[in-house]
Order: sequence, then C-alpha cells, then structure tokens
Amino acid sequence: MTRTRSRSRAAAATAAVAALAASVAGCGGDDLPELEPALGGDTTREVTGRNAFGFAAPTLTNEERRTFEIGDSFFTQNWVTAPASTTDRDGLGPTFNAQACSSCHLLDGRGTPASTGNGALGLLLRLSLPGENQQGGPVPDPVYGDQLQDRSINGVPAEGEVVITYEDITGEYADGTPYTLRAPTYRIESLAFGPLTDGVMISPRLAPQVIGVGLLEAIPEADIVAAADPDDADGDGISGRPNRVWNPRTQQAELGRFGWKANAPTVEAQAAGAFSGDIGITSPLHPASTCTEAQAECAAAPNGDGPDGEPEVDESRLGSVTFYNRTLAVPAMRDTDDRDVRAGAAAFEGLGCATCHTPSHTTGPLDDVGIEALADQTVFPYTDLLLHDMGEGLADGRPDFEASGTEWRTPPLWGIGLIPDVNGERFLLHDGRARTIEEAILWHGGEAEAAKEAFRTADADVRAAVVAFLEAL
Amino acid sequence: MRSISHRLPLALAAVVAVALSACGGDEPPVADAVETYADGVHASYAASLESATAMDVAIDAFLADPTEATLDAAKQAWLDARDDYGLTEAFRFYGGPIDDEEDGPEGLINAWPMDEAYVDYVEGAPDAGIVNDPETYPTIDAELLVSLNEAGGETNISTGWHAIEFLLWGQDLNDDGPGDRPVSDYVDAPNADRRATYLATTSDLLLTHLQSMVDAWDPEAEGNYRAEFLALDPDVAMTNIITGIGELSRGELAGERMNVAYSERSQEDEHSCFSDNTTNDIIANASGIRMVLTGEYPGVTDGTSVLDAIAAADEDLADELSAQVDASVAAVSDIPAPFDAHLRDGVPDSDPGRASVLTGIEALEAQTPTIVSAAEALDLTINVS
Repeated sequence: MTRTRSRSRAAAATAAVAALAASVAGCGGDDLPELEPALGGDTTREVTGRNAFGFAAPTLTNEERRTFEIGDSFFTQNWVTAPASTTDRDGLGPTFNAQACSSCHLLDGRGTPASTGNGALGLLLRLSLPGENQQGGPVPDPVYGDQLQDRSINGVPAEGEVVITYEDITGEYADGTPYTLRAPTYRIESLAFGPLTDGVMISPRLAPQVIGVGLLEAIPEADIVAAADPDDADGDGISGRPNRVWNPRTQQAELGRFGWKANAPTVEAQAAGAFSGDIGITSPLHPASTCTEAQAECAAAPNGDGPDGEPEVDESRLGSVTFYNRTLAVPAMRDTDDRDVRAGAAAFEGLGCATCHTPSHTTGPLDDVGIEALADQTVFPYTDLLLHDMGEGLADGRPDFEASGTEWRTPPLWGIGLIPDVNGERFLLHDGRARTIEEAILWHGGEAEAAKEAFRTADADVRAAVVAFLEAL
Repeated sequence: MRSISHRLPLALAAVVAVALSACGGDEPPVADAVETYADGVHASYAASLESATAMDVAIDAFLADPTEATLDAAKQAWLDARDDYGLTEAFRFYGGPIDDEEDGPEGLINAWPMDEAYVDYVEGAPDAGIVNDPETYPTIDAELLVSLNEAGGETNISTGWHAIEFLLWGQDLNDDGPGDRPVSDYVDAPNADRRATYLATTSDLLLTHLQSMVDAWDPEAEGNYRAEFLALDPDVAMTNIITGIGELSRGELAGERMNVAYSERSQEDEHSCFSDNTTNDIIANASGIRMVLTGEYPGVTDGTSVLDAIAAADEDLADELSAQVDASVAAVSDIPAPFDAHLRDGVPDSDPGRASVLTGIEALEAQTPTIVSAAEALDLTINVS
C-alpha cells in the first residue's frame, strides 16, 4: 500500500461522492439501486421490535422447529450452581463471565460494554502471551488462562474485575461539523492470584447479535477465499486475508469465519468455546474445566458432569444450541423503497464501504450445508468474512491464529438498524466503543482509511443517506 | 358500544344492523374485547394475589410453629396459589407490565431454573447458599434478595414461586415423589432461623410483585398501565393480546416447557420439580390461553370476548380455534402426574403417560397457526416463535 495509491483511491472516491451528492439532491431520473428486503433469503422474517432477533427461520420443518426450541432453552435459561435438581442445567462456572448465552446476547442481540459489577453484560477480555500454541492459536496466561472470568459461584474467587474508562477524542467532518469519539482503556483490578504475567496481551470482545450465522457458515469456502487479496495484487489498498484456525471437532485448521478476529471456524466451535470460556460449561469439544492449577477453590468446586464423566452440555444439546444459532431468522430490511435509503446504498458502494462489506453471497447446496432452510440462499450480510488491517486506533495488539494485532474480520451488518429495538442502546465495533453508526465508521482506519475519509469529507446529506441505509438493514 | 346498543329501540337497532351490513359486514368488536381483556387481566391477578396471600399466611403459621401439619398446610397453599398464577402467564410476551423492560417483575416472580445451591444447602454441598453464609450476607431482607436478582444478564434466580417451592419441599432427589425437606430445617438445623427469614422474605416479596400487577391493571386507578392499554389503538392492543397467547401456546408451553423436557428426557427439567406440580402448571397455562379467548376470567364471565371479535370476522375460524383450545386443555389435562415419570430413561415413547405428553405438545402446536390466522382475520399481523 503506497501513498500514491491511497491518494488516487481517495480521488476516485471523491468523484463518486460528487456524483452521489447530485443524485441525493434528487433532480432528475431515478438510477438508484433496487434493494432486496429479504436479507436472509427465505430465512427472512418481517419483524421489528424487542424480539426482532429471536424468531426461528420460517422455513424450518416442524421437527426442526422442536430442535430449535431445545437449543433456545439451553441458550436462554441460566446455568445454575452444581449440584442442582435440574441436573442438565447445572455446572455453572466455577468462574464465568455470564450465566447463560442470553446474558450477553440478550434477546439474541448484542452485549453492553460495562465494568465488572455494573449490572450490564456483554464484554469480556481475552488474555494471551506472545507466541503460538500447538494449534497455532494464542498462548494462555499460566494463571488466568486465555480469558478473564470476572464472576464466580459462591465460595470460589473470581479472577479479577474489568474496569473500563473512556477518553473523549474530538474531530470534525470536512464541513466543520464536530464529533466526539470515545477511546477505551481496559484495566484489570482485584486480581485474585497475583499479577498477570509480564507481556500479557489483552483483547476486549463484545457479544454481537446472533442472527444469520448459519447462513455465513453456509457460504462456500471457495467464494470467501477467492475474494482474498493478501498481497493487494490489485492495488486497491485492500488486502483481505482469510484466517486459518483450529476446529476442535475435526482436529485440524480450517477457514475462520466467526468471532471478531475470525478465530472460530464453525458455529459449533464458537458455541462450544463460549460455553467453556464464558459460562464454565464443559462440552464434548471442551471437556476440561477452565480452572488453572493456581486456582485451588475453582478446581475443588463441584461440577455438573454426569456420573460417568459426561460433560455438562452433551453432544445432543450442543447440537441443538448450534442448530438454534444457525437457524435464527434474519429480519427483513425496512424502507427499501425509501429514496434516502436507496441513495445511501449507492453511497455505501461509492465511498468504498462495500469493498469489504460485500453486499451479497449465495449459500451452498444442501449436501454441503446440511439444513435445507440454509441451502441455496441469496443473502445480504455485507461482509467478506476476511481479515483487514483496521489501523492503530482499533488495534488490540493481540494476534489470534493468523490474525495480526491490527486485523479484524469484517463484521456482517444485517440487523445493525434493529439493535436499538432489541437492546435499547447500540454499541458497535469489537468492544462497543462506538455509540452510533457514524462513530463506528469514523473509527475505521488502516485499509479502511480511504473509505472513512470519503465519508468524513462527504456532504452531510450523503452521510445521512449512508446512515439511513444502514439503519434500514 | 355493547351496552349502548342494548338500549337502542329495536327498530333503530335493526336499521343500524342493516346499515352496517350494507357496508360489507359488521366490524369485529375489537375495542370491546380489549376492554373485557383488561378487566379480566385485573381480575386474574387479583385472584392470584388472593391465593398467594393465603399461602403467605400459611407460611407465616408454619414458621411460627414448624410441624409436619403446618408444613403440609403451607405446601398445599403453594399448590393452590400456583394454579391461579399459571393462568396469568397468558398475559405475557408482549412487553406488558409483567415483562416490562425496565421493571417487569417476571424474573423475580417466576424465573427458572432455580439456582438451589445459591440459596441453600443441596445434596453434596451442605454449607452452600446464602442461607448458610452469614459472613457474606449478614442480613437477609427484601433489599438483598432483589439486589441479587439484578436486571439484565446478571440474574441469579433466588426469589419467586420456585424459591418458595424449594424452601418448602427441598430438592427432589427421589424418583417416585416430590422433595422431602425435613421440618427440622426450620427448627434446629444449622441456620434454621436464616432459612425461615429467607422463606418469609421471598413470600412477602412475591405478594409485593403480584400487588404491583393488580395495581397496573386496576380499573379504579388513573395513569396506570391499564389506562395506557385502553388508550392504544384497539388493533394494537389486540395484536398484543393475541401475540401473548400465541407465544405461550407454542414457543413457550409446547416448546420450552414441554418439548424440551420430553425430548431431552431430563427428569427434573420441569418447572415445578421440587413439588412435582408440573402437570398442573401446564394445565393452568393451557387454560390461560383458552381464558383469554373465551373471556371467562376469574369472576368476570360476561363481556365481548376475543373469540367474539374473531367470530365477527370469520365464524368458522372462531369455531375451529374454540374447538382446538378445548382439545389442547383436555389433552394436557390427561397427562398423568408426576410429569417427571414420563421423562425417565427407558420409558418407551409408546408408554401411555409419555405418549400423552406428546399428544399435549401436538395439540398446543396445532392451535398456534390458527391463533395466527385469527389475528389475520382481524387484519392484524402477529409474530410468534
């Protein structure tokens, strides 16, 4: 990526924006794009409001819907301290971040970044030391593991407390309109087992809305990899890279698709990892507890394993929870006929956003996908599922498999407009630092610097149209 | 509307009827049905508060004089009160006062599963729970219990019906009956006094929360939720009403509460696992759906019902739905207690008890698309799981 290239990219974007400004101004004919409301293909449901992320895809069979209900139950209901009469729901912790998947993905939605004990949940801190483990992934802290668990059952100490503070950063759009971003700082206090190892790296991760993950999983790997351009051979300044990450099911490295750094290859691996790391629930993929040797009370606490050592969530229930995640309906796009929304879609493309936030994909055939409702669907997630250098401002400095300390996976944008409906507030980016769509855009840097600058320097009505478009997703 | 038309002279009423039908049929009496519903919700919560108060009195009597007889009386009062509450679950799932995002008490009243070891000792952990931890929790009072059940994701389920149930029955550790907590837990066992305080506190708290529901729907009060509800466009109010029963019917009752336990064969994966009262919980929920449709609430039996409104739009559909809810209530009423007997490993699907659970699930599933169609007949769109 050279300076010259970056300039020419900016110039091209400026020209595109000028054309768009004329189009937004609304003189003359309508050459704006037609928008498809069915963002999730046939899995789409026309829903808004508080439960907008919580419905089943309408195309499930009756039998599949019952599996969905079982998954819903184990996703939504709290896990409880072992031993309990509800033997299939005990084994919480002993240390944990949340008592249920739905604690952070409230109503299948998005988490809230909050300091420990603040009443809100949804952000956790990953920990690791420099280097790679045997699978090519992060090396855990020997005492605290690979994630700070800031809560615990009675009688067991929590590992520590997360304290988030924010500092305001001010800036302005090219037209002089000021804006304020908030830059977070993460501190860990009340460490129960002494200081963290020197050189430990910390990465905050916010729980995203769940919708559509089954469709993203169903996009053929070849299509994702084909869009990669690791050496920026086409010279557009964008070098999407696939992550290659460990799949505990197949015991091999595979394309990473999920998580903020694409560090999980499948919905199942993501779910089993979260059961283990976030809730302290063992599964066939993570049969061991997360207590480290230094954590004696944690290791000595009763667990919820079965009489013959069966893990706390068994194969069948892990399957149901995975199925549930995969088959949540994607809410339909609203206001697709609205002129501003359509102009915003054009501007989204013109500013360069769509280069990484790839609008459309087609899912694979039933033989590859396994669930009829997810097969052969034309969907609009607005992601390429690839890693991009997003600049120092967003960097966590903590590599994760092949993702560097400045790279993040392009997150899907479907449902972004409905987050306030479901969760009241909207905290965007990997750690929820952005409180609005504009702030999220303005944090973009690195490969997205030119697109961000094109947005920052665009006319107010173009910016408003982009936001109107995203609000309709 | 209804009472006025009764006062019209017959001839005029006939003219009105002709005029209405000339405009393409009677408008379904949605606003009247909404008002009947609001009256019925209030009456139902009032009935629930009344029987819960009787339970609270029985619990106080037990704690004043803990004997087998007073414990049995307290348990019976819990069972009696539970039926009245179960009916009111048909008023959930549309963001009404019970589920209000900010201060809805549902999680404090009826959350599940119960975190037993968070509250008291359990098999294998004799010192577990708030009851046995005076160091961390020197004072057990309502403030503490509410604070431990903070909103959002951080809920620890330690209040409400199932906490009271656990403190009366204890863990259900045997295959053939409910839990069997000894009276001595409240006499000379370690922390007996703290356990008694916990039970009395959580019972009082339940009354406070039920009272808040009665107040929210009180027709005599001003500025409460009922007033807001009746000020809504009747179509919006009716959408909420039908969404509530539609969601309870399939996603919640047939799905979460029956199918999960049935399919997973998890013996205590049932809502009232300590008392083995789950079959009655299910009957109460299914009856609540029928109650909302027929308008036959505790002490309120006249008034335009939701079914009347549906019938005005599509009489055949109303008849079909009426028959289906009768069938589902009958089907779940046929499930033999205890519910957990049908969940055991080794019980074949052909076992009559186990088969009756599936029949109940299927009946509730079958009526749900009809509930959705009923909304459509009223030109409403509802989304249910």
